[in-house]
Amino acid sequence: MSGTSRQAFLIHVLAQLLAGSRRVAVGAQSPIPGSAAFLARELQLGPERITVLGSRRNNDFTEGGRELFDRAAQGRIDAFFLGGGQIDGQANINLVGIGDYPQSKVRFPGSFGSSYLYFLIPKVILFREEHTPRTLVDKVDFISAPGLSEPGTYRPGGPAALVTGRCVFTFDRDAGRFTLKSVHPWSSLEEVREQTGFAFYEPTVVPVTPEPDERSRDLINGPVRAMIAETYPTFATGLVT
Amino acid sequence: MALHETLTDAVSLIRPGITVAIPPEYCGIAMAATCELIRRGIGELHLVAVPQSGLQADMLIGAGHVKTLEAAAITMGERGPAPRFAAAIKAGAITMMDATCPAIHAALQASEKGLPFLPLRGILGSDVLAHRPDWQIIDNPFGTKGPDSSDPIVALPAIRPDVALFHCEMADREGNLWIGRRRELATMAHASAMTVATVETIHDGNFFDDEILAAGALPAAYVDAIAHAPRGAWPLGMPGTYDADGATLDGYCLAAASQETFDAWLTDHLLHRDAA
Repeated sequence: MSGTSRQAFLIHVLAQLLAGSRRVAVGAQSPIPGSAAFLARELQLGPERITVLGSRRNNDFTEGGRELFDRAAQGRIDAFFLGGGQIDGQANINLVGIGDYPQSKVRFPGSFGSSYLYFLIPKVILFREEHTPRTLVDKVDFISAPGLSEPGTYRPGGPAALVTGRCVFTFDRDAGRFTLKSVHPWSSLEEVREQTGFAFYEPTVVPVTPEPDERSRDLINGPVRAMIAETYPTFATGLVT
Repeated sequence: MALHETLTDAVSLIRPGITVAIPPEYCGIAMAATCELIRRGIGELHLVAVPQSGLQADMLIGAGHVKTLEAAAITMGERGPAPRFAAAIKAGAITMMDATCPAIHAALQASEKGLPFLPLRGILGSDVLAHRPDWQIIDNPFGTKGPDSSDPIVALPAIRPDVALFHCEMADREGNLWIGRRRELATMAHASAMTVATVETIHDGNFFDDEILAAGALPAAYVDAIAHAPRGAWPLGMPGTYDADGATLDGYCLAAASQETFDAWLTDHLLHRDAA
């Protein structure tokens, strides 16, 4: 790579996935997704209205925290990001804990709004930087939100892609499986195979994830850093492009 | 109505074994009142985080005052996991009712409306639902009729807390609170049998004399006790008024890693509050 930091790279990758999504919401503790939303807006890829939880300026909710959920249920939010302590091959996500519930031996914070938003927001992008057999597992220990639903379930939303520190997967809701879309320049197909605990489709030729061009790097360095600083000052200060 | 009481009198409405609703950290947390509760040795609380909590829940759990916890998440935010919460879960020391944010909001809204339940989309097929025997799946009675046209939806029973406890910006002389756009505080107060609030400042007048202030007011009709507690959210912040005390929170996260160091931290913290 020509000197782009990993953070800037991932911001750029997530921004590309927001193409065509006009109204984007970003949840708690999400500085990289938040920056990606601002970058996508600067690049005019689609996002116009961005709501960042924890922000004052970029959070226009006046009905309390429930307004995010009410807007999502009405179809007023087009894209959202979710993470997970564990993510499995069927795009089930676990934000609750490792081991037998309820006495989890490692307890995560909890499901937050995932059990609901995963059903209702058309494009949910999963983002988990740590890509190891510990985080990308065959079967999650607890389903905070399922990747797939029974036929007849009201579900306009669901997983679209999974971005990690090694690669980009897309999710096919009909096949119920991830497909490897591209591998980041510092990783390899062998490494992705080795570090992924679930089976996925592999294309014949695996492309390298494109890195940000100079314009994107300048935007990350300038307006994006300034906008994310309001909510994540420490992150913004430490952000290297 | 007993308004403008001392902190000690205000929190005396909170008795062992009752259900207490507390807001998320971006809203205004009654930390001074929480320390007063811990001093009084309140116990066996059923805590409802609306819909998530951090330091407040973790401290109450560490101090042994929580029997049951209903929450969508407990986290120390950027500082990572909530240590006493995680330890209590591992030890099976508390009964955990895992929820999802909109379910807690909706169940309080049901209570606000005097309804027995509210339906909510999503949740189906999750282990959150599997571990909530009090939540039921019903068929949408207004769905399309015919074979294979069922529309399952989750029904959530109303949550009716005994007390809503929070810290907000202002109270006026008539006992109205000013909460601005922190509307989850209004939902909590509407849904709960009683509301106990601490405030940063006392406004000399009545919010309803000023249409702009009135728009952010919570009427005294819902409020049972108010105590004036400047910097009452410390060491947490009050959005727009003061920032969180990062050094104290860092110290907490380190200390709370074990019960012994947590106990020592808590003793110091309570003494420090007395001195302040």
